[in-house]
Amino acid sequence: MQRIGVFVCHCGSNIAATVDVKKVVELIKLEPGVVHAEDYQYMCSEAGQEKIAVAIREKGLTGIVVCSCSPRMHEATFRKAAEKAGINPYMVEIANIREQCSWIHKDMEEATKKAVILARAAVAKVNLNAPLKPGESLVTKRALVIGGGIAGIQTALDIADAGYEVDIVEKTPSIGGRMSQLDKTFPTLDCSACILTPKMVDAAAHEKINIYTYSEVEKVSGFVGDFTVDIRKKARYVDMDKCTGCGVCQEKCPSKKAPSEFNRGLNKRSAIYTPFAQAIPNVPVIDADYCVKLKTGKCGLCEKVCQAGAIDYTQKDEIITQKYGAIVVATGFDVIKLDKYDEYAYSQSKDVITSLELERIMNAAGPTKGHLERLSDGKAPKNIVFIQCVGSRCSDNRGKSYCSKICCMYTAKHAMLIRDKYPDVNVTVFYIDVRTPGKNFDEFYRRAVEEYGVNYIKGQVGKVLPQPDGQLLVQGVDLIDNKQIKMEADMVVLAAAIEPESSVRKIATMLTASIDTNNFLTEAHPKLRPVESPTAGVFLSGVCQGPKDIPETVAQAGAAAVKVVGLLAKDKLLTNPCTAKPDELLCNGCSTCANVCPYGAISYEDKLINDHGIRETRRVASVNSALCQGCGACTVACPSGCMDLQGFSNRQIIAEVDAICR
Amino acid sequence: MSIKENEEFRPKIVAFCCNWCSYAGADLAGSSRLGYPADVKIIRVPCSCRVNPMFILRAFEKGADGVIICGCHPGDCHYSTGNYYARRRMTLLFSLLDYVGVEKGRTRVEWVSAAEGVKFSATMNEFVEKIRSLGKNVRLEDLRCRN
Repeated sequence: MQRIGVFVCHCGSNIAATVDVKKVVELIKLEPGVVHAEDYQYMCSEAGQEKIAVAIREKGLTGIVVCSCSPRMHEATFRKAAEKAGINPYMVEIANIREQCSWIHKDMEEATKKAVILARAAVAKVNLNAPLKPGESLVTKRALVIGGGIAGIQTALDIADAGYEVDIVEKTPSIGGRMSQLDKTFPTLDCSACILTPKMVDAAAHEKINIYTYSEVEKVSGFVGDFTVDIRKKARYVDMDKCTGCGVCQEKCPSKKAPSEFNRGLNKRSAIYTPFAQAIPNVPVIDADYCVKLKTGKCGLCEKVCQAGAIDYTQKDEIITQKYGAIVVATGFDVIKLDKYDEYAYSQSKDVITSLELERIMNAAGPTKGHLERLSDGKAPKNIVFIQCVGSRCSDNRGKSYCSKICCMYTAKHAMLIRDKYPDVNVTVFYIDVRTPGKNFDEFYRRAVEEYGVNYIKGQVGKVLPQPDGQLLVQGVDLIDNKQIKMEADMVVLAAAIEPESSVRKIATMLTASIDTNNFLTEAHPKLRPVESPTAGVFLSGVCQGPKDIPETVAQAGAAAVKVVGLLAKDKLLTNPCTAKPDELLCNGCSTCANVCPYGAISYEDKLINDHGIRETRRVASVNSALCQGCGACTVACPSGCMDLQGFSNRQIIAEVDAICR
Repeated sequence: MSIKENEEFRPKIVAFCCNWCSYAGADLAGSSRLGYPADVKIIRVPCSCRVNPMFILRAFEKGADGVIICGCHPGDCHYSTGNYYARRRMTLLFSLLDYVGVEKGRTRVEWVSAAEGVKFSATMNEFVEKIRSLGKNVRLEDLRCRN
């Protein structure tokens, strides 16, 4: 029997307002094994931890139960405190009486009763705890960044500058991401390419950074400090070492019907292409869906004109296997599909466009060479209507419940840029709210209204009707004057919601990183660990975690890099000691456990067993504790019940069940 | 059992929650102050696949009126495949339990992610409601365990 001390935290009034902590102390003292119980205002404070240390010394405690917040919050804190005071850190259990009791119950009597039961369960468990010792695993000093947008580039640069090797895996032919598609950036209106391309060049030139473009992560195994990743390098059909990037192949390519992804499909590109002029690497890829040679075997023009002899139609996808200590997800975002918003006539009229398409139209390298013109007839528009929150802050299930965060600012930017370049164009913005928190953001929006005369109307647009003459009739409502509005427009721009890049779900599954219902990756803690995934060794950078603008993305990218560097700086990591352990006397070597183990941690060995005096060699299971992650699948699969999980043993869980059902 | 008695009936419910998704979902329900009846007591396990059918039988033996197992959504398991094992095992166990007289409504497997505080609370409210409507569980209970 252990000598258990129970420490009940008030958490200020968070627990004490709903749970009668004195009563918990009084009742828990009656439990078997409990030799000490006390309550304190903040157990996690230095004074609180000192109380635990004093009790360990004075009462000779061997086990600790802290009734407090979630173990996800402070289990590590109390384990450390116990270790400092001289007992094994795994002799500490937490009874979660805040998140799972005081915060969800209102009735004090009921909450107190439940708190006592939860404490009893923890005491019952500690009574069966055994000291555990974590093992050690080596750290591979190399990081993987998935996604080569501004988030991925910045994270890679910061990790590489700290002296560690970084690989960037980007699925498109060039790094640069969404930011490379933007024309200008708010609130300074500096040109996006001018601030992004130097970073792209830095990343490409950095001796510690290795970039895999046109590549995707195919398989991930392993764990923090020791991930093994398969990267599929898709066939480019162009030899990267030979290509000089002269661009002749793209000019001569006869197949010019592929929609340009970079220009959001607004114009066409050749089958052999680089997505944009500043692409890094400046090596084209051949789009097999459009290449005449690859489809029919005829043509081969690019091979003929290539003086470097870089074209290779026989190239195959290549799988690269690499080990990493840490992985950063920086997969970014895309604009939602607008097929559910047909009232805005996006599919019916070429002159109804998304803001990202407008971004390309305004860009000198875009489909209209930077001239603002209607895509239907090439005429200069006179009246432009912007519609905000298309699919954002949506209460029905057509769109997203969240605010996409960037739209208010980029719409103010677009409105301002149009009014600046074309002062005779009327710009109207329909909005629900204008949300501009951020440094110099509200000033920026006010300039759009006050200096540039952009007409902001609070209200929603119900319908956009394409007219036979090509004009667009916008029907909306002005909520301030409370009247219906009908106005003619030459062009309508939709601030479509942003959503995580579609590939993120697959990546999250491979990494076993949790993801929310909107496909944003979940943080380990929403406030205190915003750049870490709950899965150790996986970090988050940029919009894959939630909507953000460029400055926020860059800041988060740096934060993620620091976390990675902090991990890679360690030579060894302590492994989770809660691993499976077979009882060799009971094991019959049937292999069932090895079949369910997702980590290949179980093997079999012939061992001399002394079974109550009978000495014989038997085939028994053996767990590699460095590989075992402690899921417990084998413990349940084992037909003879010989496999058990340390820290969550059968007896411990049954003791908890008994305590709860008592 | 009369309806009136049923209203006062406070069931004993054991919830096994996996550490990575559902336990975090329960924490989120807590920090979002999304209440559910105090009848539910949570036991933290590393993964839903750690839940041995034996634990569930034990709970009913000791007087539990309902047992719920919560894990990560299929495909999102922290250990890749644990929740699939849990799903298969529980499907089998629950039909066996139903056969011996522990109604299907008393046992449940639910996928709750770390971001689904709302779902956690709603699931628990619903489950408690169901158990209350079913009343006290009498099958499998070891009467020597009664207080």
